[in-house]
Amino acid sequence: MSLFSKANKEALTSPLNLNNPVVVQVLGICSALAVTAQLEPAIVMGLSVTIITAFSNLIISLIRKSIPNRIRIIVQLVVVAALVTIVSQVLKAFAYDVSVQLSVYVGLIITNCILMGRLEAFAMMNKPWPSFLDGIGNGVGYAIILVIVGFFRELLGAGTLLGFQVIPDWCYEHGYVNNGMMTMPAMSLILVGCVIWVHRAYNKDLV
Amino acid sequence: MNALRKYFDKIKPNFEEGGKLHAFRSLYDGFETFAFVPNTTARRGGTHVHDAIDSKRIMSLVVIALVPALLFGMYNVGYQNALAAGQLEQATFWGMFFFGFLAVLPKLIVSYVVGLGIEFTVAQWKNEEIQEGFLVSGIIIPMIVPVNTPLWMLAIAVAFSVIFAKEIFGGTGMNIFNVALITRAFLFFSYPSSMTGDDTVWVAQDAICGLGYAVPDTFSAATPLGELAAGVAVPTTSLCDQIIGFIPGSIGETSVIAIALGAILLLWTGVASWKTMLSVFVGGAVTAMLFDAVLPSINDNGDLVNVAAHIPWYQHIVLGGFCFGAVFMATDPVTSARTEGGKWIYGFLIGFVAVTVRVLNPGYPEGMMLAILLMNLFAPLIDYCFVSRNISKRAKRATK
Repeated sequence: MSLFSKANKEALTSPLNLNNPVVVQVLGICSALAVTAQLEPAIVMGLSVTIITAFSNLIISLIRKSIPNRIRIIVQLVVVAALVTIVSQVLKAFAYDVSVQLSVYVGLIITNCILMGRLEAFAMMNKPWPSFLDGIGNGVGYAIILVIVGFFRELLGAGTLLGFQVIPDWCYEHGYVNNGMMTMPAMSLILVGCVIWVHRAYNKDLV
Repeated sequence: MNALRKYFDKIKPNFEEGGKLHAFRSLYDGFETFAFVPNTTARRGGTHVHDAIDSKRIMSLVVIALVPALLFGMYNVGYQNALAAGQLEQATFWGMFFFGFLAVLPKLIVSYVVGLGIEFTVAQWKNEEIQEGFLVSGIIIPMIVPVNTPLWMLAIAVAFSVIFAKEIFGGTGMNIFNVALITRAFLFFSYPSSMTGDDTVWVAQDAICGLGYAVPDTFSAATPLGELAAGVAVPTTSLCDQIIGFIPGSIGETSVIAIALGAILLLWTGVASWKTMLSVFVGGAVTAMLFDAVLPSINDNGDLVNVAAHIPWYQHIVLGGFCFGAVFMATDPVTSARTEGGKWIYGFLIGFVAVTVRVLNPGYPEGMMLAILLMNLFAPLIDYCFVSRNISKRAKRATK
């Protein structure tokens, strides 16, 4: 069996588009609303979730045959919690500002529905390598939506991208004002809605 | 009228299938049915409930009812400008009115062009008839914003609310929230400094086309509710001015008398529900009296607190957008409760929430917008409760 057989490719790419965890399965919305006010935390959050999903999928898949069925959720939680703690500590050590911005939401990755969903639905019944790919696919699928929403929220809400001013001073001098509602979580729900709208417009069979 | 009918009939072939202006058929259809009651009738056979007054006629009535408040709003814009510039003695009635007219007209145009543009495009795209709901929203929107709102902000807000509050839900008659209020809410939360901000937004600052006066840069005028929120115990304007409408505020909301004229027309023609309207006033008055009785007016240090709770209850009703909201927005047939009993509760809670927000939250001097939007959300629930209560009542009667 080759490393990138058709089934494996499917596991990696389908969460990016037709089986996207956020816009199709509508999971992980809570954190998508909370961390996307700026682009940088959105990217970091997306990366963290990708890493954690990939490795928790891998580990659970490796030990899937020895986990007693009745306590599998607890075992999954222990694995995820260990990985989340590692990521959180790394962030605190090397990207302190971002970890302050993300605050509790890194810790809350433990309860992210995407993670538990993938562990239950995929890693518990598949081999390690496909599980790893599935984890990466779902993490990246989540990250893409976060980056899109974060891009528009930071651009329209603060006029900057990754902290650099993008909208020229000329516009502000002529009366342009940043949209304060973009920095509120309510607007990111509407933006996620817009992303879903565009996505469904291109994939009519999802409607 | 006859000439107009003939003209419509003459240009009609251009818009029919195969005509050269077929792409604009929804535009034609919209204007034709706006001007004339459609001459097509339902097929014979079967039962039809029929009423000569269709939704376009109702909308036209509401627009007529809004005209007094709009005209007074224009005059007041000029009056406030002259007052701020200290030129009230020299200013003439017509000079002030035309200044206000020129200040308000661009907002009316922007509101209608953007809103109707989106509606016509959507109707054309979905191959539907033009929905006429924006006729009323389009005139209300300029009336509930400060005179200094930049036009581009207004355009964005109108586009946002027509798309996200209306078309997404399925167009006119399907919206959960009042479209005009969503426009205002969008402006309020997106551009707070242009909507309440530093109190320079309520009075037009510059002369337009030689009319009006340039106001000194340092000038600022707060609305009476803004003063209360800032802790001023007695508003600087007199009660008489507040009733006639010579106070700073959103363009169309200041005059109780002009709004009352509109209310009389709406009630006389039966377009608006008197139950909703009355219960909003009752709810506001009762809540204001309640807060006046319950909240302390002086704290332990002897400072005045809760000043907004201790103005007379009738002043709560006179000030801000209370009357305008009660008459023109709470009674919106689409977003309000439809059951007769539900209208009482719906209206009462609007008055209650509006005054509660004013009194308890100094961050929001005016609570009418939030109150109506909140109750829009609950209107279907209120209706549901009343309908299921009626059903169970009748079921009991039947089984007896």
